[in-house]
Amino acid sequence: MSSSDVIYQTEALIAEDIAAYLDVHEHKSMLRFITCGSVDDGKSTLIGRLLYDSKMIFEDQLAALETDSKKVGTQGGEIDFALLVDGLAAEREQGITIDVAYRFFSTEKRKFIVADCPGHEQYTRNMVTGASTADLAVILIDARKGVLTQTRRHSYLAHLIGIRHIVLAVNKMDLIGYDQARYDAIVADYSAFAASIGIEAFTAMPISGFKGDNITALSENTPWYSGPTLMGHLESVEVNTAAEAAGVFRMPVQWVNRPNLDFRGFSGLIANGTVRKGDHVRVLPSGKTSTVTRIVTLDGDLEEAVAGQSITLCLADEIDCSRGDVLAAADAPPQVADQFETSLVWMADEPLVPGRAYWLKLASQTVSVTVSQPKCTINVNTMERLAAKTLELNAIGVAEITTDRPIVFEPYGESRTLGGFILIDKISNATVAAGMLNFSLRRAQNVHWQALDVTREAHARLKGQSPAVLWFTGLSGSGKSTIANLVEKKLHALGKHTFLLDGDNVRHGLNKDLGFTEADRIENIRRVGEVARLMTDAGLIVLTAFISPFRAERDIVRAMLPEDEFFEVFIDTPLEEAERRDVKGLYKKARSGALKNFTGIDSPYEAPENPEIRVDTMRETPEEAAERIVALIIGDWMPII
Amino acid sequence: MSDPVSKSTLTHIQRLEAEAIHIMREVVAEATNPVMLYSVGKDSAVMLHLARKAFYPSPPPFPLLHVDTTWKFQAMYELRERMAKESGMELLVYQNPEAAERGINPFDHGALHTDMWKTEGLKQALDKYGFDAAFGGARRDEEKSRAKERIFSFRTASHGWDPKNQRPELWNIYNARKNKGESIRVFPISNWTELDIWQYIRLNDVPIVPLYFAAKRPTFEWEGGLFMADDLPRLEKVLGYRPEITERSIRFRTLGCFPLTGAVESEATTLDEVIQETLLTTTSERQGRVIDKDAGGAGMEVKKQQGYF
Repeated sequence: MSSSDVIYQTEALIAEDIAAYLDVHEHKSMLRFITCGSVDDGKSTLIGRLLYDSKMIFEDQLAALETDSKKVGTQGGEIDFALLVDGLAAEREQGITIDVAYRFFSTEKRKFIVADCPGHEQYTRNMVTGASTADLAVILIDARKGVLTQTRRHSYLAHLIGIRHIVLAVNKMDLIGYDQARYDAIVADYSAFAASIGIEAFTAMPISGFKGDNITALSENTPWYSGPTLMGHLESVEVNTAAEAAGVFRMPVQWVNRPNLDFRGFSGLIANGTVRKGDHVRVLPSGKTSTVTRIVTLDGDLEEAVAGQSITLCLADEIDCSRGDVLAAADAPPQVADQFETSLVWMADEPLVPGRAYWLKLASQTVSVTVSQPKCTINVNTMERLAAKTLELNAIGVAEITTDRPIVFEPYGESRTLGGFILIDKISNATVAAGMLNFSLRRAQNVHWQALDVTREAHARLKGQSPAVLWFTGLSGSGKSTIANLVEKKLHALGKHTFLLDGDNVRHGLNKDLGFTEADRIENIRRVGEVARLMTDAGLIVLTAFISPFRAERDIVRAMLPEDEFFEVFIDTPLEEAERRDVKGLYKKARSGALKNFTGIDSPYEAPENPEIRVDTMRETPEEAAERIVALIIGDWMPII
Repeated sequence: MSDPVSKSTLTHIQRLEAEAIHIMREVVAEATNPVMLYSVGKDSAVMLHLARKAFYPSPPPFPLLHVDTTWKFQAMYELRERMAKESGMELLVYQNPEAAERGINPFDHGALHTDMWKTEGLKQALDKYGFDAAFGGARRDEEKSRAKERIFSFRTASHGWDPKNQRPELWNIYNARKNKGESIRVFPISNWTELDIWQYIRLNDVPIVPLYFAAKRPTFEWEGGLFMADDLPRLEKVLGYRPEITERSIRFRTLGCFPLTGAVESEATTLDEVIQETLLTTTSERQGRVIDKDAGGAGMEVKKQQGYF
């Protein structure tokens, strides 16, 4: 079927059965592509031709075009399609395309968005911008000139930005008499180059944008060419969203929808994969999991949604999730890290300052980032890697970055959404660079992917209790261990799951490498705190009995735990009384100098200022104190769950 | 004949909708005081519908702002009130007091009418309420200079636009950071064409002003165009004579101020007929508006540098 038949049939259908026509067109897919080439390659002419051939030009525009063609056209009075496309006044005067212009046309099968990108090297950033959303790139070559430096540059950039479909359009075939040998030589030349930069496949075609050869119909001028027409190819290649839909579910959370206390939804655009009602999902970076209960839209709930759709999800559990978090398939979450190797395209007049803090925006995450001195820049004309101290406007380089907190990511090659980012100057707020995460240099401290499906709440619920740490502090011999022991026995008798950590069971195993210097004592407490925290994650009520003389260390432990789970129990026994009791004979040793750094003698004890519980051992017996502690904690908070 | 759309391949309308919703949510997440400019036309109608979808079940978390020229069609004012009510959004109407005082009108003042009521009115309204982000329904296919405007388009504190100094916009990452006094115009339906708008209205039953459909209406001819006599006494007053009124079956392809918006003779009374007529027509959309013709081909670009939306 020739293209004119198609157009005729379209018009007939519009005229005779508009409803049928609209039904067909509602189901069109969409392809975004870029055209790159220099001013003289006939890029704007080609786009103008596509608009013209798909009947996107109205009569009044055509009339204006004819007038303009005579006035400022470059085709000797014939219709200059380029004038349809070049927009800004400055460009018209200079006869070049400065910015990225977006054009729209559609055929029976597809709607197209064309980003018309400038060709000059000083507009590398504009081309990268246009390419970032494209499914396909048309690399234009002037058949008279063959593969040029700029052909290589454009191909490299298209490949760098991850465009999956490359079309080599050998244009102006009419000017070389449709010479097959010349065409074949150009394709062979390009093929060698493409392979050298890692382009695995491309589609070559001989065309003339000006004359219309092989645009919508195979040309009689190139009987030796049997490949697709340009339009035919554009209508049939796979679009990115189809490829993205095949991946594993990922959705950056943009906004939490909370109209009232009964509704909490997470809104975002699905980057990859499919999500269904009932799916098990994980929130990154926290690692918490839940189940999708609803996919909410104004038009009613959906059973499933795919990559490319903007949706609102409801989850079964009240888990923390906010803007910047990523919802992902529970069993295959993306990674979290804070150091990366990246490829950067510098887009600002002011060069990169290594070490300066910029904002990094990746999906809905915004974090502070520093960029190291680049490992190299890439000469986009020769593909040479050069040493560099900075990146100037339009430079492309490889550099390491460090974010101030871990971000959820995937390598750019796997996900444009979770691997592509921009850098923003913190003072001017300008977008100064586009970047692609190549890989992470180390995993972040936050070992999110081991967050367990059986949560700490679940552990505690099974035990019928709220986890807690009772942190007994006081001088040596104050009665910490005695009282803690009594408290544990009483709790145990009440059916509570407890564990007592004291100096003996820790110093003999976990901390046997530590001595009694200040640094070691601090490390001792830190480890005990971490162990206590893990035990609360397991749902236990943990009792610890350590002198823990320094306020700062106790506060470190306090900060590790939820506010209502840390109970500082100050066993307040005056030094003289403790020394008088001297159960283990340690005070005597310390006084004699045989024991160094002994708390109360030659090392200070910083008494708690606001302990949750204070026991005055001069007024209370250990038994009374233990009763009171149990009553306090059971009465106050035990039956919460 | 058409591409079999597999389940995982979204239609172009679905992708455009998802993109617009994503853009609106980004603005709400990052701007401090956003607003939606609402002109009551079909593009505004689609934009409002998209906003309702983006934030459902919440109402869109920003007000609607109508920069009024007092010269809109009565049917537009009626739909405006109805839609504000249905969407649960606050409606702000702003009329430039200076233009009102000086009696600026489209017949006597031509381009000044647009400048005073719309360009100045918009700047004043944005300043008055301190909005830092304003959604607009402009599309890139409408006019050449719009084809190059970003989706997030920055304005200086004096509302100027510098086409040579636009922020690069990559992937679907939008940089919404700005300095004090600066603001952003955001165009969520940048990538829609007129046909997309109509198809979306058809698919979603989006309410639009009845003037888009043909009906017998009182018309008069003025400066070579066909216009509707929406408010005859007022028309008479500004024209200085009583125009000759003829009943014709007309409709509008685009809606602005009634004396600036030309009508077309039409029998298209249903949405499908309107779309059919649009597809078969040979006159591009904005030709009905007088505004683009100032200053030759660069009309809109000059207006935009001055702060017109």
